[in-house]
Parts: sequence; structure tokens; C-alpha cells
Amino acid sequence: MYENLETAENPDNLKRVVIDPVSRVEGHGKVTLLLDENNKVKQARLHIVEFRGFERFIQGRPYWELPVLVQRLCGICPVSHHLAAAKAIDQLVGVDPENLPPAADKLRRLLHFGQVMQSHSLHFFHLSSPDLLFGFESDISKRHILAVLEAHPDIGLQGVKLRKFGQEVIRMVSGKRIHGTGAIAGGMNKALTKAERDYLKADVEQMITWADAAVALIKKVHCSNLPYYDDFGTIATNYLSLNKPNGALELYHGGIRVKDPQGKTLLEGFDYCDYNKIIHEEVRPWTYMKFPYLTDIGKEDGWYRVGPLARINNCDFIDTPLAEKARVEFKQHGGGQAMVHSTLAFHWTRLIEVLHCAESIKQLLDDPDILDSSNLVAQGEKRFSGVGVIEAPRGTLFHHYEVDDNDIVTKANLIVSTTSNNMGMNESVRQVAAEYLSGQELTEPLLNNLEVAIRAYDPCLSCATHAVGKMPLQVELVNAEGDLINKVMKHSDGQLEKLI
Amino acid sequence: MANKIRVATTSLGGCFGCHMSFLDIDERILELAEVAEFDRSPLTDIEHCTNSDIGLIEGGVCNSENVHVLREFRKNCKIIVAVGACSINGGLPAMRNHIPLEECLNESYRDGIGVENAQIPNDPELPLLLDKVHPIHEIVKVDYYLPGCPPSADVFWKFLTDLIAGQEPSLPYDLVHYD
Repeated sequence: MYENLETAENPDNLKRVVIDPVSRVEGHGKVTLLLDENNKVKQARLHIVEFRGFERFIQGRPYWELPVLVQRLCGICPVSHHLAAAKAIDQLVGVDPENLPPAADKLRRLLHFGQVMQSHSLHFFHLSSPDLLFGFESDISKRHILAVLEAHPDIGLQGVKLRKFGQEVIRMVSGKRIHGTGAIAGGMNKALTKAERDYLKADVEQMITWADAAVALIKKVHCSNLPYYDDFGTIATNYLSLNKPNGALELYHGGIRVKDPQGKTLLEGFDYCDYNKIIHEEVRPWTYMKFPYLTDIGKEDGWYRVGPLARINNCDFIDTPLAEKARVEFKQHGGGQAMVHSTLAFHWTRLIEVLHCAESIKQLLDDPDILDSSNLVAQGEKRFSGVGVIEAPRGTLFHHYEVDDNDIVTKANLIVSTTSNNMGMNESVRQVAAEYLSGQELTEPLLNNLEVAIRAYDPCLSCATHAVGKMPLQVELVNAEGDLINKVMKHSDGQLEKLI
Repeated sequence: MANKIRVATTSLGGCFGCHMSFLDIDERILELAEVAEFDRSPLTDIEHCTNSDIGLIEGGVCNSENVHVLREFRKNCKIIVAVGACSINGGLPAMRNHIPLEECLNESYRDGIGVENAQIPNDPELPLLLDKVHPIHEIVKVDYYLPGCPPSADVFWKFLTDLIAGQEPSLPYDLVHYD
């Protein structure tokens, strides 16, 4: 596709343009472009610039600390890290997923539906809706949630409250909205009380209605901007996800399914404990984020995308009625093609999942098992290695730990969701750079297009590098001799100031 | 509009949880929007801090870019607030402080499970990592500290509404948590 734009042949003779930081994403990244004298893009890269070193510094800690330690990888999807680690340490105490007490299994699912619902709502309403409602090249002073709340108060407030509900589900199950404690090795530390359950039940119908309206909104936005929304940043790729054994959409536990760009199933029901047999990660020197790929296909073509688009593409159906109806409409829009490759369709599929979460939360709140505190923890025979995999909001998340005789962690490997989308994001950046920007004089609104493509993936760059932060936007133009000839600074009012 | 309090926010070496907790003020964000506006923040596309009243800093200082951003905030914000465990004392990322940085990098990029093309990323585009993670008060003067991992939404709310009302912020005992 656009791999030829990863590394330019003669970088010394090209001018460099940088977007730094990529804004309205969670975490810390920047984009660099190298252009020739005609502004043709010769190289485009998304760099992840920070590093935290979790895999090393959790070594030496006792395994039971892991769920509360590693959730601090990310304040946006802490529950996903909490539960992936919990699933891994379940195995360390000899408990396989099917042996988890039903109450614990359902409470964890409830917790995770709350997580996916709040993260997706945050991403759509707080971070991406300014682009989608005001336009990709709209006035910079409008591109934030407060402007959305002013211009579209109903939509904005529904978004705030959808996120709030997801956070409240998390708080009821784990005690705190962010970095709570719920899962322990082999189960959960408490059930819901009737009062907690009733508190959530009071609002859940309203959430389903609003989530349904949000799906209608993104469908309208998508379909009223065709073919642009179908083509922008779009790349045909493999997709990886967990699925239920019956092929349904799954967010908590299942086997690995991989489909190729034509929709052919390459892997089905694969046991994720053997993930290392099918996925390796390549290091490239210009970014701290690694590049995972399927070993059977190889480094060149074995990369894949994960997340809402992958899950909706890969699943055969969704087991809640409104979300399934929304999925069918989404696939119909794809004109009967087996796979939808539109990168902006990530938004659409993300909101279908919000609806699925709201419906699933309602079902679980009606299940008496979540109130059953009589059997919350299972026990088994100690093991020395545990792998926990979950469908985090941004995609399949792998945690792998090994311990010694004293239950001390000796090895850790994390493949976070955003890392699996590394190649996809880079390819989408290159597609937009090559198809929409190349040859033009670059302005701030044009550069926002690159960020729109990245934002579609909802990258969590704090997860990805086990790092986070922010940096200024500054564009530098360097002539063919390597001299700085033009330096532009983007100011708070959106004005570009020429510094040189 | 011109009289609104300008609030800038950033996340250095943190997890974004403090920003999420700030957003946990939920619909109170509408009340806040009546009296305050955002300057540079992950929530806006403003990428440089300019003449702000309050600067909220999440995260510790892990690399050279964090130092640069933190100094930019100190220069442009009247009040700097260390938000959460990482900015106050380095927090969880500071667990790497007792391990040589090289060992941490080797674990991820050389000796990790399933790592191919093993090498330590070293491109000039990547900012220099510091050998230790530092709390922000070691780099700049800090005016207030909000404890917690993360501080709760009510902590943000009480602190900001006190400050915006022109009174010395104070947290009631039940809002002070360190977890």
C-alpha cells in the first residue's frame, strides 16, 4: 500500500514538517513528514516518543499486586488492564476462565462493559466530535468539547452522561471510577448490593436510548459525507479480535479470530495462551511503539488492525438486539462487502459497541448472580505462567506474566491494543499524506487531517509506550541543503506565526 | 469571554487518569465553562500555553520534553498545581528509578518475548529519556498539590471553585486520599 513512504531514500535533501503533539488523543505522539521541493510527501511517520518500562519494573513484585499496579498504565482503560492482569493471575492460582464462579465472571463482565462504554463515549464526544460535527478543517478555537456543548448542547450533554454512566458502573463494582480494586486472583472481592444495582438500573434505559441516538448520529454524519468518509485514511488489512465460540461479538473472553482483507478466516477459536506462537513484535528505531505481526504471514504483510472496526468486521452477529440491528445496517452500507476497511468507520463501529454495552449492562443488572456474595473466588493448583487477554476498548490486549516459587514476577510481556494498530495508523497517515496533502502548501487545517486519521483509531499512546505526555506544535521547513528556511508556530487562537 | 479564567492542563509521565478524573466532574463541566476556558490541554488543539491563570500538571518528569513542557507551563501560568501521585512524587513510573534505564529498555526492545529486529529505538525524533523519574517540584516552583491516584472529581471541583471564587483553596478531610 503506502509502505514505500515509511523511509525516504535521500532524507537529507528533504524538508521536514512535524505535528507535535498529536492532539485530542490519549497520550503522547508526533507525526513527521519529509517533503521534496514540490511538497510531494516522501516520508511520513507516527512516532511514539515516550517510554516507561513497566515490563521491567514490575519484576520482583508479588503477582497479586499486578491488577492494581498495571492498571496505572492507563487512566482511560484502567479496568481493561486490571482485568487482563486478573485473568493472567487467575491462571497463576490454577483457575481457568470456565472455572471462575458465575458471580465473579458476570461482575467482571459488568465492570468491563462499563469501561468500554465510558472510554468509547469519551473518545467520540469529548475528543472526536469537534472534527465530525464542525469539519476536519474547522476553526481551531472550536475544536474542543466545550464548543460542542455550546453548539450542540443536547448531543454534548448526552455524551457527558453516557460516559458518566459507564464510570458509575465501574465505581459500583470496583469502588472508584479510576484505579479501583475489584478483581483478585480467582475471582472478585465483592458482589453488588441491591442498592448499588438499583441505582444503576434507574438510568440504564435512558442510556440505551441515547446510545441508539448516537449510532443514528454517526451514521448520518458518515453517510452525508460520502465517498469521503469511506475513502479517507482507508486501508485494506487483516483484522484480529476475540470472539465467542458461536461467532458473536465478545469483549471479555473468547478465542482469537483473524480474517484477511477479503474476509477469509485465517484463524478461528485460537487459544490466546499460545499467542507467542502466532504474534511477534518488530522493533523499528524511530519509535518506542513496536510493530506486531502474524508470524505465519511474516513481517511485511502480517500486520493487522484491532478495535471496534476489527470486532464488528470479524463477528458474525451481536447478541443484543439494537446493536445487532445497527451492525446489520452498518454492513449494508458496506454494500455487501465482507469487510469494511474505511478507517473513519471506526467511529461508527465504536458507537455500535456503546449501544451493545448499554444493552448488556441492562441484561446483567437483571441477573441475580451479580448480587451473590456467597461464592466469589475459586482456587486451584499453582502455575508458573499466566496469560490474560481481553478486548479492551481499543482492541485485543495481551498480558503475560511468569512467577517463581515465591510468587514473585520474573517476566512480563504486554501487547497493548494501540500497539497492534501501530502499522495501521502509520499506513493511514501515509494514505492521507499521499492522497490528500501531497503537493500542497501545508497549513494548520490541512495538518489536522492527519490527526483526524490517527484519532479514528482512538489511540491510547499512554498505553502504547507505557508512557504519556504532550508537546508543542511547530512546523519547520528545511531546504534541500538542510538549512532551516521557515519555522511556523501554531498559537492558541489558531494563528500561524512565522518565526523565521 | 475575555474575563474567563484560563485553565491549561498537561500530562507528562502519567497515565491520563488525573485528566479523566477531572472530566468526572460530569455535567458540572457546563458550570465550569461559564467561568473558565481551556488553554493548552489534551482536550483542545492549542499546543502552546499562553497567559493562563491555572496550570494543572499530571505526571512526573521522565524525559527532556517533559522538562521543556513543564517550564513552558511555569512561565505562562500564574498558578501551577501538581495533580496526583506522579507529579507529586513520581508515582508508579518512578518504580523504574531503582533499575538502570538500560535494563528497562533491554527488557522491552531486546530481551522481550517475541521481539524481532531487537534494538533500542534511537532516532533523533525521540526525546532523551532521563535516568530517573522526578516529581515536578524538583524542576519548577509548585503552588498547590492535589493528592490522590487520581484525585477525585470532587477534589478538582472544590479546588477550582475555591480558587475561581478568589479564596484560598482548602480540602475537607474526607476528600484527602492518597490512593
